[in-house]
Amino acid sequence: MPKLSLHNWFQKKKENKEAENPNEKLDIPGNLWIKCTKCRAAIFNKEIEANQKVCPKCGFHFKLSAHERIALILDRGSFKEISTTMRSKDFLNFVDSAPYSQRILRSQEKTGLSDAIVIGEASIGKIAIGCGVMDFSFMGGSMGSVVGEKITRICEYCIDKKLPLIIFSSSGGARMQEGIMSLMQMAKTSSALSRLREIGIPYISVMTNPTTGGTTASFAMLGDLNIAEPDALIGFAGPRVIEQTIRQKLPPGFQRSEFLKEHGMVDIVCERSKMRDLLIKIFAFFVNTRK
Amino acid sequence: MTMEKTEQKHNSQNKKIFLEFEKPLIELYKKIEDLRKTSGAGLDMAEEIRMLEKRIKTLQRDIFSKLTPIQVVQVARHIKRPSTLDLANLIFEDFTELHGDRNFADDPALVGGIAKLSDCRKSSPLGETFFDQPVVVIGHQKGKSTKENIARNFGMAHPEGYRKALRLMRFAERFNAPIISFIDTPGAFPGLGAEERGQAEAIAKNLRSMAGLSVPFISIISGEGGSGGALGIGMGNRVLILEFSIYSVISPEGCASILFRDAKKAPHAAEVSKITAPDLLEINVVDEIIKEPVGGAHNSYEETAKNIKTAIYKHLAELSKLSPRELIADRYRKYRSMGFFIED
Repeated sequence: MPKLSLHNWFQKKKENKEAENPNEKLDIPGNLWIKCTKCRAAIFNKEIEANQKVCPKCGFHFKLSAHERIALILDRGSFKEISTTMRSKDFLNFVDSAPYSQRILRSQEKTGLSDAIVIGEASIGKIAIGCGVMDFSFMGGSMGSVVGEKITRICEYCIDKKLPLIIFSSSGGARMQEGIMSLMQMAKTSSALSRLREIGIPYISVMTNPTTGGTTASFAMLGDLNIAEPDALIGFAGPRVIEQTIRQKLPPGFQRSEFLKEHGMVDIVCERSKMRDLLIKIFAFFVNTRK
Repeated sequence: MTMEKTEQKHNSQNKKIFLEFEKPLIELYKKIEDLRKTSGAGLDMAEEIRMLEKRIKTLQRDIFSKLTPIQVVQVARHIKRPSTLDLANLIFEDFTELHGDRNFADDPALVGGIAKLSDCRKSSPLGETFFDQPVVVIGHQKGKSTKENIARNFGMAHPEGYRKALRLMRFAERFNAPIISFIDTPGAFPGLGAEERGQAEAIAKNLRSMAGLSVPFISIISGEGGSGGALGIGMGNRVLILEFSIYSVISPEGCASILFRDAKKAPHAAEVSKITAPDLLEINVVDEIIKEPVGGAHNSYEETAKNIKTAIYKHLAELSKLSPRELIADRYRKYRSMGFFIED
């Protein structure tokens, strides 16, 4: 996998866009306009991009790729990725509608990532931190051995360098193609966070749409502070599973960020445009509590 | 407790329930019953009955040595399979159930209590002594009938169940008692109240807390090890599994309907997901397989309990040599090492 620095990555993306686009965009209206998932309004794509991928009409937060989020929230150019070459292994030779090994390759091509999370050191408001950022577009952000190992490594890195930790979650849960080993990643990541906590290093968990299943039931819910983007689906069981179990329609807003805040599970629901400032304030708090 | 014990006997021994693949046995059991009836009328059929019983055992052994994964799933879910309370009463002395999470409610789907493990061996320069080891027992609790199962929510715990378990684990830690957990659940309950009260948070906190427990902790998968709901009390220093139990990230039915878009493909899902005891042992998710009586644990609670007890003695003796710090480090190593990946 070629190693791209963040800066290069964005430049590359920009170049690509410029290279492919002008004419094409006019031909394919789908590229120019996006229908908002929530309010169904047709919005000029550029308008959404310029608005941090938030619908200017209803405030719906579209998904961000890991690198988009890094660029938006962390200090420019500060992110240094670690464990860049780690890849998933199809140890069960698992085949559903496609072999797992193929799914991995396809996701790698599609996202340019090695798996569903990137980890590294960065700064925010000039405060050095360790961070992990998940990417939903890589197999639904599912947690398999690589995600588990990378989260464990960033915890150990933070312990080693005495850095506070932040993880942005965006994940459908455990990666079923890795069977029971995906479940074990819940135990593994929680063990690593137990050590971090023991030593007294702060951990901020930011949950974005969606964060469900084994991800929520392990590292995502274990923040010293839990923060959520607005209207994100956050829960243990998926809404469909619950509906099938209780044979009832779920009330509106169920398992959304505001619902979780109301029930005491998250500290703050913060919109994307204010996230960086909020996090700077929070990390500054920890800097000043350090002995 | 006496009432519970009689109920248990009644449940386990009367009225056999046969699984699809056990059909060849039904005929033989019927014959025995007929012989018993006639032998009441002055004829001695004891010899014939013994012969038939022997044939049953041979046939059972044969059938159970060739179970497919989905058949193992059926045995693991058998309605007569010994439950946590059955095992707690048979393995330990003076099991006393404790209730409530001190927060919201008492969850009948997840039980726990204190007990004694008798005749633990202790070697010292003065020789061997025996003592009763106080232990804390926790486990999912299924019912033995539809009515009981509704009361127990089919062994699917709510957050208050996981919080009760955590309370009891902390209790064990304070009084330096080893913890034994029994895992037998389809999964943590997916419902409105469960989500409102933080099912994910409850399980997550249990995982982190179990990682830091300073006492010996043995988890035994005694039936159905269903996903996060199972792991939520299952992070032992040692994880043991009964021969015909299963442990999976999602039920074969769930896996089939999500990944294969056809719930009827559950047998195939069970096959490829590697959820049986030997498969789990191979990748070190479990440390030991505990033998079940011929025909499965429900055929003899006593023998099942005896086998589990033997395994507990062995692992507890090893873990008891570790200091609190070493126990935590031992657990960290165990879970730290889980996973398969490639790195250049």
